[in-house]
Amino acid sequence: MQHYNMNLNLKVWRQKNSKTSGAFETFKVSNISSEMSFLEMFDVLNEQLVAEGKEPVAFDHDCREGICGMCSMHINGRAHGPWSKNTTCQLHMREYKDGDTIVVEPWRADAFPVIKDLVVDRSSFDRIIQAGGYISVNTGNAQDANALPIEKQQADDAFAAAACIGCGACVAACPNASAMLFVSAKVSHLALLPQGDPERKTRAFNMVNQMDAEGFGSCTNIGACEAECPKGISLENIARLNREYVGSMLSGSAVEGLQQ
Amino acid sequence: MPLNSKIPAGPIDAKWKTYKATCKLVNPANKRSLEVIVVGTGLAGASAAASLGEMGYKVKAFCFQDSPRRAHSIAAQGGINAAKNYQNDGDSTYRLFYDTIKGGDYRAREGNVHRLAEVSANIIDQCVAAGVPFAREYGGLLSNRSFGGTQVQRTFYAAGQTGQQLLIGAYQGLERQVALGTVTMYSRHEMLEVVIIDGKARGIIARNLVTGELERHFGHAVLLCTGGYGNVFYLSTNAMGSNVTAAWKAHKKGAFFGNPCFTQIHPTCIPVSGDHQSKLTLMSESLRNDGRIWVPKKQNDTRKPVDIAEEERDYYLERRYPAFGNLVPRDVASRAAKERCDAGYGVGSSKMAVYLDFGAAIERYGKIEANKQGKHNLSKDEIIVLGKAVVKEKYGNLFDMYEKITGENPYETPMRIYPAVHYTMGGLWVDYELMTTVPGLYALGEANFSDHGANRLGASALMQGLADGYFVIPYTLGNNLADDIRTKAIPTDHPAFVAAEKEVADRINKLMSIKGTESVESFHKRLGKIMWDKCGMGRNAEGLKQAIEEIKALRKEFWSNVRIPGDIDGFNPELDKAGRVADFIELGELMCIDALNRNESCGGHFREEYQTEDGEALRDDANYMFVSAWEYKGDSQYELHKEPLNYEVVHPSSRSYK
Repeated sequence: MQHYNMNLNLKVWRQKNSKTSGAFETFKVSNISSEMSFLEMFDVLNEQLVAEGKEPVAFDHDCREGICGMCSMHINGRAHGPWSKNTTCQLHMREYKDGDTIVVEPWRADAFPVIKDLVVDRSSFDRIIQAGGYISVNTGNAQDANALPIEKQQADDAFAAAACIGCGACVAACPNASAMLFVSAKVSHLALLPQGDPERKTRAFNMVNQMDAEGFGSCTNIGACEAECPKGISLENIARLNREYVGSMLSGSAVEGLQQ
Repeated sequence: MPLNSKIPAGPIDAKWKTYKATCKLVNPANKRSLEVIVVGTGLAGASAAASLGEMGYKVKAFCFQDSPRRAHSIAAQGGINAAKNYQNDGDSTYRLFYDTIKGGDYRAREGNVHRLAEVSANIIDQCVAAGVPFAREYGGLLSNRSFGGTQVQRTFYAAGQTGQQLLIGAYQGLERQVALGTVTMYSRHEMLEVVIIDGKARGIIARNLVTGELERHFGHAVLLCTGGYGNVFYLSTNAMGSNVTAAWKAHKKGAFFGNPCFTQIHPTCIPVSGDHQSKLTLMSESLRNDGRIWVPKKQNDTRKPVDIAEEERDYYLERRYPAFGNLVPRDVASRAAKERCDAGYGVGSSKMAVYLDFGAAIERYGKIEANKQGKHNLSKDEIIVLGKAVVKEKYGNLFDMYEKITGENPYETPMRIYPAVHYTMGGLWVDYELMTTVPGLYALGEANFSDHGANRLGASALMQGLADGYFVIPYTLGNNLADDIRTKAIPTDHPAFVAAEKEVADRINKLMSIKGTESVESFHKRLGKIMWDKCGMGRNAEGLKQAIEEIKALRKEFWSNVRIPGDIDGFNPELDKAGRVADFIELGELMCIDALNRNESCGGHFREEYQTEDGEALRDDANYMFVSAWEYKGDSQYELHKEPLNYEVVHPSSRSYK
């Protein structure tokens, strides 16, 4: 593969904290190698800002290998940038050419308030999990793992749903800022496994309620979430969530769940 | 102070059973008034916090990330070991214990390792019950694969995302306890000091990373589950935020540091591409099940790998270690790669890489698949198509990751790989109960030193993290807190809290007031280079002595010339990083001191002066069969305490994988 260097113009969202309003600021970076990752390009920008005595751009990142779900940039209008099934940290600069202008914004959603620059607060996702995204099994209660055979296809489907990294790209991509893909991935993961069955009737109801309480929008079947999901979480999960939700409404258990 | 490891008496397979049967308990009503602080929410921290919450303790859990689900356990790829013997291939608790002791090159404690092997099977049961979607066979039962340093198939896995699935399982258990009110979660908080009252750990000072405020938190006990310190090398497979700060603060408050120089360099990582590199990415050891490692037989061969004929390739691991082949332990595989590259046989533009080739596996799987489908007249190309599909199912996410980073397709051309810093076997010294030398202060998971000796076997880190959190600490903590039931919560206006907070505030103010010219990042890179060159895969006395002087000078420079922009009161990642790098600099010096003191080679610690004729590590059991536990005695002053290692069951021998 041919490697090359490039100069770029960056338009980056700057915002001091959640109480102030923000604006775009323009920067130039030069001699960016096509072998760098997108975040390494940001490292170069930040080193440049430190050298100039300015404050670096704050952005969330940790594992830099596409699994922790911490990085969260909206790049030229797309969550995690132009590559499909990809996180920002895995995007590499060979995507760009000399002279390009790149616009970088934080996730935009009422339920994800900006903390600073490109960093947002996604604790609403944790609270949705608290509402029922688990199996109530205390440590020490388990039977032998092979006492419960699970059909391979079923297990594979559960795994595919469980691959969600909780980054919030689905919300950022959705014009309604809906969290349905995130919620449905967890509901599906647990609904597809026999271990998840005992709490099935309250789980979907309680998690959807929490999602609404956090201020996420409604799902209108646009599909942008699936298109931008770095882990390829399927829209089928949303269909399954709808079935689970209706099921819990019909069973009456949801009402009990609400009263708890 | 003599070190007491508190290993229970009795035969090896009765120690833990006896301990559990005789340890003190805390009744449910008393648990409700006992508070426990858990720092870090990876596998060890999340499983400990969830389990202790379930038992009724009042738990406060802390993580520096935006959510407990981000902890770096999430990035573990290959799998988790357990002595289930589901494959009927001769596995047993004893065999896992033996493999781990041998893999650690006879520098781990027998008692701890046997306990780890004993609880390993419970971990798999627990995780499946909690909904972890492990890989399964068509019959619906769990699937296994092989890992390095063993001859059985005992590794459970979820594609190349085992750590993610296990952590999400533990995280969900933790969030359930948050919902029930037994655990209070503090995300985007960093522990910056441990508070000690009357000789016991009674709380921490944490910084809220969003507001910059310092907070005081009381606990009857403090658990550090804060991971390893591989980022001391700057480049490693660790996450960007992984750090030693919590453990280092504990060390400076009296917790001894065990075997700091024992570092794991993982053989299969994507090579460095340039100076801009910010981290290295692992390609799971599971790939060595099917990938064959080779270099050209000719030095400085610049041909493409496909143009190099079979007989012109040197499958050096298979050549040197026929019994284990490509599945030798990590330290052995890493050194062998370095040896070939140093000798001029490396590949790629940097020449610091070897090939990991799936060509043979693709063909082999293609033939099996063709037979399964009853197709017996397929062309080689058709067989390869079938084989690629099988390989994709096994390792698809890893192959995709490789292609995203390098732009090369590993289904068509071999991967280029090179060793990189991955894990630290060293850590806070703990006794059998996971307690450090500070009463009431515990260390779990990678943060402690106890189970992996001088080299960790693959798929054992996840096992240890969950063993400590799910199955060990619930017993050992109770045994100690049973004596604390009359201790009321100590108000955080106690002078010890005030003093600890002032210490933290003073240090932050000092850092911010330096206003120098060099960035934190630049200091970190310089430290990393010293460590990698002189305390990395190969070490010698002369280099280590130089490194110690260089690090001292770097530290002086850091404290007089670092530049940290931004404010104290607010979100300031540069300030967070500055504190961590300052601690790494001090740790780096101790690592070199430890490496210099250990005049032998063992596991990942390879002192170039001590090797056999064919380049294998040469242990010195007569003089170095001990744990080095270092006590902090003031700036650059450390006192060595030795914990002798007694092998009652396994007889140490020269480790051979030939």
